[in-house]
Amino acid sequence: MIPNDLSSRISKWFDGSGPGADIVISSRVRLARNLAGFEFLPCLTKQRKTDVLEKLKDAILSLDIGEDVFFVNMADASSLEQDLLVERHLISRQHARGKGPRGVIIAPSESFTAMINEEDHLRIQVFQAGLQLKECWEKINRIDDMIEQKVQYAFSGEYGYLTACPTNLGTGIRVSVMLHLPALKMTGQIEKFFNAARDTNLAIRGLFGEGTDAVGDFFQLSNQITLGVSELDIVSEFSGSIVPRIVEYEKLARAELLTKQKNAVDDKIQRALGVLKNARLISSKEALFLLSQIRMGVNLGRVKNISITTINELFMLTQPAHLQLNKGRPLDPDSRDAVRAEIIRSKLCRN
Amino acid sequence: MQCQSCKQNTATIHLTEIHGGQRHEMHLCEACAHQQGLAVKNQIPLNELLSTLLAVQTQHYSGGGSDEMIVEDIECPHCGMTLKRFRKELLLGCPADYEVFDKALRPIIEKSQAQNTSHRGKVPSKVPDDTRQQIGLLGLRKKLDAAVKAEDYETAAKLRDEINRLQ
Repeated sequence: MIPNDLSSRISKWFDGSGPGADIVISSRVRLARNLAGFEFLPCLTKQRKTDVLEKLKDAILSLDIGEDVFFVNMADASSLEQDLLVERHLISRQHARGKGPRGVIIAPSESFTAMINEEDHLRIQVFQAGLQLKECWEKINRIDDMIEQKVQYAFSGEYGYLTACPTNLGTGIRVSVMLHLPALKMTGQIEKFFNAARDTNLAIRGLFGEGTDAVGDFFQLSNQITLGVSELDIVSEFSGSIVPRIVEYEKLARAELLTKQKNAVDDKIQRALGVLKNARLISSKEALFLLSQIRMGVNLGRVKNISITTINELFMLTQPAHLQLNKGRPLDPDSRDAVRAEIIRSKLCRN
Repeated sequence: MQCQSCKQNTATIHLTEIHGGQRHEMHLCEACAHQQGLAVKNQIPLNELLSTLLAVQTQHYSGGGSDEMIVEDIECPHCGMTLKRFRKELLLGCPADYEVFDKALRPIIEKSQAQNTSHRGKVPSKVPDDTRQQIGLLGLRKKLDAAVKAEDYETAAKLRDEINRLQ
């Protein structure tokens, strides 16, 4: 039910294309929706969950969104398949490890997914490479309109779209960007960025690794306020003001590093390359950390002959579930470290 | 505000301790707070923030005896959710909860939504007359479940027709 080649290729929105993709890797917009006349998930019986799943699955599979979407029944998926979808950011960890009737609909280009019976009955997401939040919003708005022709959403005139958690109430929108900010981290300015984000009601978390302990200088920035502000205002503020400002700071920090600490920067990048091209065992944490430095090196023009796509591909394909599915068997952590090192060597040494 | 400890950086950590009715305030920068063993988190997870807000609110209301009192064991007649359960799990049980627990939810919504309390933005083209219809549907489904359980198939059939008509 999951296409065989999914684990061996890079997601389109992660391939390093798109406007400003050296810093803004990708954009995502998510909408939370619930069906009218059904309890929210915490109070929904198993039978009713099945009803919701079938209803939404039928509605969405019948839409024309420009490509043939496929459905994955989470209850039938193996834990490796579930992890694969989490590693590709197509579903949440909560959805993978959840209980009861639930599923996800995925577009083969991975630019659209719909989680059914996660925290809300329906969570649709649209992804694009680079900073393209407006495009994401336009596409998801269109899909949402089409779904709405088939089902009735829980909605109140006062509170808007009703969600299981009051923190999603109103628009149910979560707008987020994946950022690579190695220079802000290196120059010790990342704290400022965290503080500014918090003051303006934005949530920031590490993209890889748990909590805020971001491995490899990748961050996800998203809005927290969903009520009382229109979707377009949230999207415009993000793409017109917040993200460009952060990009500007990161660029300044990169320029400063190159003028003031060129040798230190080159040393870091070359050491990272040295390890990655020679290591025989490498953990995913170490790989992320070193690949992040090389990614910056490529973007600063300090590393030639390696493309951003290759680096992004390594980020994605060296994650545990990807490694195991591509090898065709489960691997213990030690074997994974060996396989990971081998893949990285073969990709980087070819260049 | 300046950090009380190093007197150089801006204080970003503000602590208020209350000992025997005495209020003591402390203002520190992140570095000094860290030195003094006060862990500083980069980000408070949303759930944690919400639990904190809820805990504060419970304390606030448990002291009073006015009509503002929020009854903790109110149960939603439609889904069976209670405020107590919501405070623990942070998720509501059905759309009607927003009305049933309105008094308790309103301040929580205000705090987590930057004081906003009304929707601005997209409106579905098929808006029901009001939320009552949705609540009505929930009630009908509950009755349908009960009728099926009681093997009262005549009532069940009628309820099913009614539900189909409303959907």
